[in-house]
Amino acid sequence: MLRDEDRVFKNLYGVEDWRLAGARSRGHWDNTKDLLARGRDAIIDEIKKSDLRGRGGAGFPTGLKWSFMPKQSDGRPAYLVVNADESEPGTCKDREILRFDPHMLLEGCLVAGFAMGANACYIYIRGEFYNEAANIQVAIDEAYEAGLIGKNACGSGWDYDIRLHRGAGAYICGEETALLESLEGKKGQPRLKPPFPAAVGLYGCPTTINNVETIAVAPTILRRGAAWWSGIGRPKNTGTKVFCISGHVNKPCNVEEEMGIPLRELIEKHAGGVRGGWDNLLAVIPGGSSVPLLPKSICDTVLMDFDSLREVKSGLGTAGVIVMDKSTDVVAAIARLAHFYMHESCGQCTPCREGTGWMWRVMERLVRGNARVEEIDLLLDVAGQVEGHTICALGDAAAWPIQGLIRHFRPEIERRIRARDDRTAAAAE
Amino acid sequence: MPKLTIDGIEVEVDPGLTVLQACETIGVEIPRFCYHERLSVAGNCRMCLVEMEKAPKPIASCAMPAADGMVIRTNTPLVQKARKGVMEFLLINHPLDCPICDQGGECDLQDQAMAYGFDRGRFHENKRAVQEKYFGPLIKTIMTRCIHCTRCVRFATEVGGVEELGATGRGEHLEIGTYVEKALNSELSGNMIDLCPVGALTSKPYAFVARSWELQKTESIDVLDAVGSNIRVDSRGREVLRVLPRLHEQVNEEWISDKARFAYDGLKRQRLDRPYLRRDGKLRPASWTEAFAAIAERIRGVSGDRIAAIAGDLMDVEAMFALKELMGALGSPHLDCRQDGAKIDPARRAGYLFNTTIAGVEQADACLLIGTNPRREAPLINARLRKRYLQGGLKVGVIGPQSDLTYRTETLGAGPETLAEIADGRHPFAEVLKQAKRPMLILGMGALARPDGAAVLALARRVAEACGMVREDWNGFNMLHTAAARVGGLEVGFVPEAGGRDLNGILDGAGKGEIEVVYLLGADEIDTSRLGNAFVIYQGHHGDAGAHRADVILPGAAYTEKSGTYVNTEGRVQQTRLAVFPPGEAREDWTIVRALSDVLGRKLPYDNLPQLRQRLFEFNERFQRLDAVVPANWGAFGANGAVDGAAFRTPIENFYMTDPISRASETMAACTQIYVLGEQGGDEQGMTGTNG
Repeated sequence: MLRDEDRVFKNLYGVEDWRLAGARSRGHWDNTKDLLARGRDAIIDEIKKSDLRGRGGAGFPTGLKWSFMPKQSDGRPAYLVVNADESEPGTCKDREILRFDPHMLLEGCLVAGFAMGANACYIYIRGEFYNEAANIQVAIDEAYEAGLIGKNACGSGWDYDIRLHRGAGAYICGEETALLESLEGKKGQPRLKPPFPAAVGLYGCPTTINNVETIAVAPTILRRGAAWWSGIGRPKNTGTKVFCISGHVNKPCNVEEEMGIPLRELIEKHAGGVRGGWDNLLAVIPGGSSVPLLPKSICDTVLMDFDSLREVKSGLGTAGVIVMDKSTDVVAAIARLAHFYMHESCGQCTPCREGTGWMWRVMERLVRGNARVEEIDLLLDVAGQVEGHTICALGDAAAWPIQGLIRHFRPEIERRIRARDDRTAAAAE
Repeated sequence: MPKLTIDGIEVEVDPGLTVLQACETIGVEIPRFCYHERLSVAGNCRMCLVEMEKAPKPIASCAMPAADGMVIRTNTPLVQKARKGVMEFLLINHPLDCPICDQGGECDLQDQAMAYGFDRGRFHENKRAVQEKYFGPLIKTIMTRCIHCTRCVRFATEVGGVEELGATGRGEHLEIGTYVEKALNSELSGNMIDLCPVGALTSKPYAFVARSWELQKTESIDVLDAVGSNIRVDSRGREVLRVLPRLHEQVNEEWISDKARFAYDGLKRQRLDRPYLRRDGKLRPASWTEAFAAIAERIRGVSGDRIAAIAGDLMDVEAMFALKELMGALGSPHLDCRQDGAKIDPARRAGYLFNTTIAGVEQADACLLIGTNPRREAPLINARLRKRYLQGGLKVGVIGPQSDLTYRTETLGAGPETLAEIADGRHPFAEVLKQAKRPMLILGMGALARPDGAAVLALARRVAEACGMVREDWNGFNMLHTAAARVGGLEVGFVPEAGGRDLNGILDGAGKGEIEVVYLLGADEIDTSRLGNAFVIYQGHHGDAGAHRADVILPGAAYTEKSGTYVNTEGRVQQTRLAVFPPGEAREDWTIVRALSDVLGRKLPYDNLPQLRQRLFEFNERFQRLDAVVPANWGAFGANGAVDGAAFRTPIENFYMTDPISRASETMAACTQIYVLGEQGGDEQGMTGTNG
């Protein structure tokens, strides 16, 4: 259980002032100049030592990612792009940071941007986040006015500009390279990698794309030290994390907790427990809609961090915990997710464009049991043909929930098929 | 030089190659749909997935740069499975209407499905249908067949230079289209039909005409502009059914213009299929004997000085050579092949060639366009300029009318004064040319086909010399011809002999009665009203302007119906081949001249094509060096003199109708209506190709 003094997001619930004065009272923008004075390499080293992993879903080591940026510019500018296009179903952690503590993000932008040699930062915010965008803009204006960013940011001698860009409502624009395309004014479709954004990114220049939460925690890590951060959580899964608990719990909430907290503890302590008690639990999607669900048997003991969840063939993803009790039609739930991915597929590459629609249509039939038992294997096979064969990870994200469903709830699907067969047979008599 | 291992074979490849290209160097064929050598990499079809050691997932080989130490496997079960998976996905929403699809037999999807397709479908849902798009009179769309490879989009954007095509919608609803329904405004649009790996884009005029395997394929040369694009003429029986490009890196790469591709239906209309003789003021059918007799009758006793000949734009070298010899035998010095009156100096070869060569354009870094609109006059040369422009660092200045050439240009002026300013170094663009490492200029017929043309030519030469365009290793002086026959005519000497009259002289003479007999060898672009009362012999294949004025019509063969030599604007000698026979009593052109010479008692010394060509080679040995570009020596040409202030005009107003063949073509007429006159077409909206 996270101790209060280790909490990073002190205004997660918006009870305090979100503007500059409030942020300062919580210790943000406190002598940021000194942080920058440590120099680029020292900042990156500290982040590397902290074992901070990206909070956007993939969990890539942040310090390592920053170190990919060129040390010496070849004449091209470098950019930091903050991915605030939080659209993953079941996830609403970045939203809270954006609207209740925007200055945390801005300070992180400056520190991270400085560490990677960028003089400009773009925050790409989800189009539906209107109020959040308004708050961020107010915060940016405040920061400019206070000399925290802009020319000679915080008196550090480093010029730093932050621009806010609102998306237009496409899930795929949360994929980092599609985000860059969209930011450039083009159709949001992922780019091929390589070249990676650190070499050829926004407008062809070296670019790092980080999640809001990742950037927001960076200054605190620098202030309190890598050792403090890595002392929280488990090895390689360090620090605190904002979990979003939704679904069939008594008190859905966002909560900052230690990495590696047991799932059951997370739900029972913070979300008021599963509706109808722990025994009424059917399954949990632990990391936003993209990751495979876990049946109750695994939920009993699993720890909430990247590696533990990977061991049980799921993932931490965005830490959007979706809880489903026994009243849930789990097949219909996954079918709904399949529809989401079909709807949000950009259509650029073949397996995702064609496969997501196919999978959804089969899923819809499975909900009603209108299929043959062999089609479960067909669906699994199709999901396997999509997974890993696409340009970006949306194909994987579409395949995983279905694979998880079949892995853990195959008897339920077969039962529906047989039940329908029996009904038809009965009707025929 | 990266060294990598492909299927256990170690291979060293040039840096910058992709894994797919590296595989090709050792003969490992990777299936692909979206990848194309001449377009940017899209990597979206996912057909080219291969396994790479240390990579967690299969990689798209078309997009992955080959790097040192890579271990690639292309024949593992995982790769096979991936390809079969992609193939299945491509086919689930594909209508599988191969039996009624014009792409059938030459379809990438069909071919690959043979290798990677399942023997039955596992997709039991409803298939997607997509509304037809209207792309204009040339391209038929059946968008339900589209596999979204975006080759057409990339071609239009990159090569064509028209950003009119793109993808709208997303996921399953992604559709390729023109955003707003409109005809695709590019003179290279037909190439998208070739690029389309499926039957989504097919040729509208060729729709449902034939199956590809029924066609006889003849390799030939296009003559509807002076580029000399390499083409393949597909015919069945006595009909040309379509024209496709052939690969020639130095000339047309693998593209051809829409006129070269689609004007072929003009070969079937307005044809002269028998001799005609004007009797009582009307043209009446006649036999060859009657026609020849009438000519012999009229010419008898007329001194050679009162006979003249003009050669047209589509004529082959053999016919012009034979007629030149006949005129010589008749004692006439009055010959001209410059039927637009361009003041080209035939004496200096470097003065009338595209010396830089078409491929050489890619090395230029500054270009001055004088009285020319290459987009209309030679779309493929324009495409080269655009290709060079996209590589960056090409500055283009234009003297003449403004127009969109698909790359950025700077308009410097309208007429010869600006050219003079550059020649004298008084114009800022002169500095641009001087600073350039490989400057070039392109001189068009719009600057030469005018009274002061010879002076303009001399001025252009001065610009070339003053701006360092002519060096040992580089010749940046280029003339862009509009007629396929022009350079051949100049090389064969179909120009006034000593004391002879040029085009204007001939027409003036005919008007005044000093010229009594005019032999029009396929010449249709002249002002026939100036021929006065002269006796006009027209030899050609179409009932166009020349035939209307003629007193005797001798029906000849079009370029698809004969083996003829043509010299393109670079000076490259190429030959057409007979694909179909000329219609009716029409004959190959040189044989007509040869037969007539016999009747006139001045029999030419050759009875077959090899003999004629032998004599041609003796006259000018360059004609036997097929496909070679022989560099020309620099020297003085043009004539110093006063230039007038008139602006250069565009020699071609309507790209789609420039010669008797394209003027007779219904397809070209439809294009003219839509692209030149700006009328709207499109009545196929709403169809999906699946509605029977």
